[in-house]
Amino acid sequence: MANVFVRIGDWVNERAPGLAPTYRKHMTEYYAPKNFNLWYYFGSLAILVLVNQIVTGIFLTMNYNPSAAGAFDSVQYIMRDVEWGWLIRYMHSTGASLFFVVVFLHMFRGLMYGSYKKPRELVWLLGMLIFLVLMAEAFMGYVLPWGNMSFWGAKVIVSLFGTIPVIGSHLVEWIMGDFLPADATLNRFFALHVIALPIVLLLLVVLHLAALHEVGSNNPDGVDVKHGPKGNRWDALKPADGIPFHPYYTVKDLFGVGFFLIVAAFIIFFAPTFGGWFLEHDNSIPANNLVTPAEIKPVWYFTPFYAIVRMIPSFAGTAVWGVLAMFGAIAVLFLLPWFDRGQVKSVRYRGTGYKVALTLFVIAFFGLGAVGAGITAEVIPAWFGNVDLTTWENAFGRTMTLIYFGFFAFLWAYTHFGWEKTKPVPDRVTTHD
Amino acid sequence: MANEVVDHGRRRFLTSATAVVGGVGIVSAAVPFIKSWEPSARAKAAGAPVTQSLKKIEPGQQLIVGWRSLPVFIVNRSPSQLAALPKQDARLVDPKSDGASAAQQPKYAQNETRSIKPEWLVMIGICTHLGCVPNYVPDLKPEPFDPNWQGGYYCPCHHSRYDMAGRVYQGVPAPKNMEIPPYHFIDDTTVQIGVDPKEGA
Amino acid sequence: MTKPTLLMKPELLMKRLLPAFALALGLLFAGQPVAHAEGEGQLMASGSNIRDQASLQRGAKLFFNYCVGCHSLKYMRYSRIADDLGLTEQQVMQNLNFTGAKFEDPVISHMPAEDATKWFGKAPPDLSLEVSAKTADWVYTYLNTFYLDPKSPIGWNNTTLPNAAMPFPLWELQGEQVAVTKPGSDEAEKLELAHPGKLTPGQYQQATRDLVNFLEYVSEPAALQRHHYGVWVLLFLALFTLLAYLLKKEYWKDVH
Repeated sequence: MANVFVRIGDWVNERAPGLAPTYRKHMTEYYAPKNFNLWYYFGSLAILVLVNQIVTGIFLTMNYNPSAAGAFDSVQYIMRDVEWGWLIRYMHSTGASLFFVVVFLHMFRGLMYGSYKKPRELVWLLGMLIFLVLMAEAFMGYVLPWGNMSFWGAKVIVSLFGTIPVIGSHLVEWIMGDFLPADATLNRFFALHVIALPIVLLLLVVLHLAALHEVGSNNPDGVDVKHGPKGNRWDALKPADGIPFHPYYTVKDLFGVGFFLIVAAFIIFFAPTFGGWFLEHDNSIPANNLVTPAEIKPVWYFTPFYAIVRMIPSFAGTAVWGVLAMFGAIAVLFLLPWFDRGQVKSVRYRGTGYKVALTLFVIAFFGLGAVGAGITAEVIPAWFGNVDLTTWENAFGRTMTLIYFGFFAFLWAYTHFGWEKTKPVPDRVTTHD
Repeated sequence: MANEVVDHGRRRFLTSATAVVGGVGIVSAAVPFIKSWEPSARAKAAGAPVTQSLKKIEPGQQLIVGWRSLPVFIVNRSPSQLAALPKQDARLVDPKSDGASAAQQPKYAQNETRSIKPEWLVMIGICTHLGCVPNYVPDLKPEPFDPNWQGGYYCPCHHSRYDMAGRVYQGVPAPKNMEIPPYHFIDDTTVQIGVDPKEGA
Repeated sequence: MTKPTLLMKPELLMKRLLPAFALALGLLFAGQPVAHAEGEGQLMASGSNIRDQASLQRGAKLFFNYCVGCHSLKYMRYSRIADDLGLTEQQVMQNLNFTGAKFEDPVISHMPAEDATKWFGKAPPDLSLEVSAKTADWVYTYLNTFYLDPKSPIGWNNTTLPNAAMPFPLWELQGEQVAVTKPGSDEAEKLELAHPGKLTPGQYQQATRDLVNFLEYVSEPAALQRHHYGVWVLLFLALFTLLAYLLKKEYWKDVH
């Protein structure tokens, strides 16, 4: 039996001699720093969720009906009449939210340990592109069930493009193919959601990984193991602080996968709506172009960006500024490698200013999320009594917006003018588990 | 340090155990996806028993009703059509429906007329060759495809022929008699398709 | 050792607490938005439990006696109700199905939509997803806050959904409540039972709890399956994760 496998292996090798070296390059001879910590699980978990979304998505399309008349009914058909359809849908809807949880944590890891810095700028840029496409993918998927939140979400998000001077209003009609979100909108969003964007996403993920494996992984110490001493127990010429990705990180990631699946399964089986955060109450009402949901707000992972739109007032007769700011909030992330001029990567050895700024940035992100999700609108009257909610909310939200963008400005000044007092970076990685 | 001895036995055991449990997990996770291809509750509801009144079907007439998305022929066979049935036996593949066609009807319809009541034929109108719906050619008169035609079914796809009990003629592509669904009479003029008669009834 | 190393890194600790904090914040307010959106005041806790099959059966009986005249459950088949509530086909067809629908058919009210629109100003909504859309507590509160209102064209009003188009079909069970208004205001402060109905207040609350319970089940029949399979899936994943952890430990003995 074993002989058969060897012969099949030889047969393949003879015809595709590049396969085995490719496998070795990315797995058994990819030497990753040995000190990855908890934050390094989220990359492999993102791939896991991507696979989950693709598989469950394919099965959902088998019963989903992309038409304004049939979409809502077909989702209930999946939930009730298709055997196990409820599980497939909940895996997809929970997966969508967890995708963002995992990706946000993955990106934050990059911020914390300077993974965006030279020589990994390309890895970061490709990652940001993935994030951008993921947001488009998630938005269009959110529209497909054609509940009332889907409908109004589509209307509001597409209307963002309407703020663009001159071409805006026509652009909105062009995107929707109608004067309101309608059959044409649903059909094109379906096509983009199930075919076009997933292909782009997969391509970008491949490039992201290829770019990463070209330069090698960063680590919590921000030490470049490639430039450190050589010689480990597997190879005398490879980095002393590197270990083969397979089997060491495959087994470690496998443990991460198990733990993540426990969390995911708990949500899927016991709290699939997650208290109205992953699947919203108002989306159980079919799309109604006459009634906007009283509590209209985007799904949670868009709330920080949506809050920025709300916090910027119209000016000179146009509302485009808020939309520009929202896209700007993503654009500055793209440019992060060039804002940050510091040589030290990891937060462990960076100046206090950076630690404070990063903490404030995180607080601003959650603060904006709270504004966007309507939490501040409830908390302010509850905590401070009968105050002018709009004034308070704007004051809070604008401060948070300022901090969000201020982080990037501060980071540039802090590193450009040499204000940062860093600690000495060790030659070797310090810890591992 | 590097001179530590690796416990290969434990390593192999844990690798296999994790692989086996993981494999069981993947296979179990595949089950719901495979099962999701089964006929849904809606498809099954459409396959629920169909009740049909026979009052308006005149002798020699055929009515087609849908059951499980299949065409079911209900024919009130005329005396002349019935009389012609036994005379066909020599030209048929399986006149007694006990050979290749033994499973093509419930036990209570495994008889000369392939029915519960001689005059009422209740049959799934799907050709046993490749699934087309044969045409009802009721009259006992010479046809281009058979100068000695005694009434029956003629399939437009590959020219298979059946008699008035859905029994297939020799020399045509179809291998078996057409299928008789489970059915029973609720009363003299009402038939229900999809449910067997009660025992002893 | 794993844990001390991680815990000793203050930036790690802080950054790990933040997502947890956000999640806690989210959960804290998870149920709130709906209450504030719809609510005139606080919602009562429905105390519904879809695993209480007897309650589901009582709720189904109430629904088919008092609600189905106007409201459909267009996504819910009689046959599914029978399966999930432990009822036989005969019980469902004789005691619940009064419209002559087939056993496999969905529950469709036989009130013509045009008539309904004429009588109530709008067609009574389908209730298949009512609890998903409004929450069990909201529906429960709604059913407990009808009161007699001479100013309303239908004679009834509701503090949870003011100016509701729906007359109060359960009045013979609960009796008639009237509003006690704040001095110098039209606003209802609290409701008082003016004429008792067939049930005591406690019995009525239980009846509406059963009804809401049934509607919660109807909103998501798969919830019964979810809970059933979920426990086994979690146990299985715990075993897998434990093995993966031991495997990781074993391999990582190589790493120094």
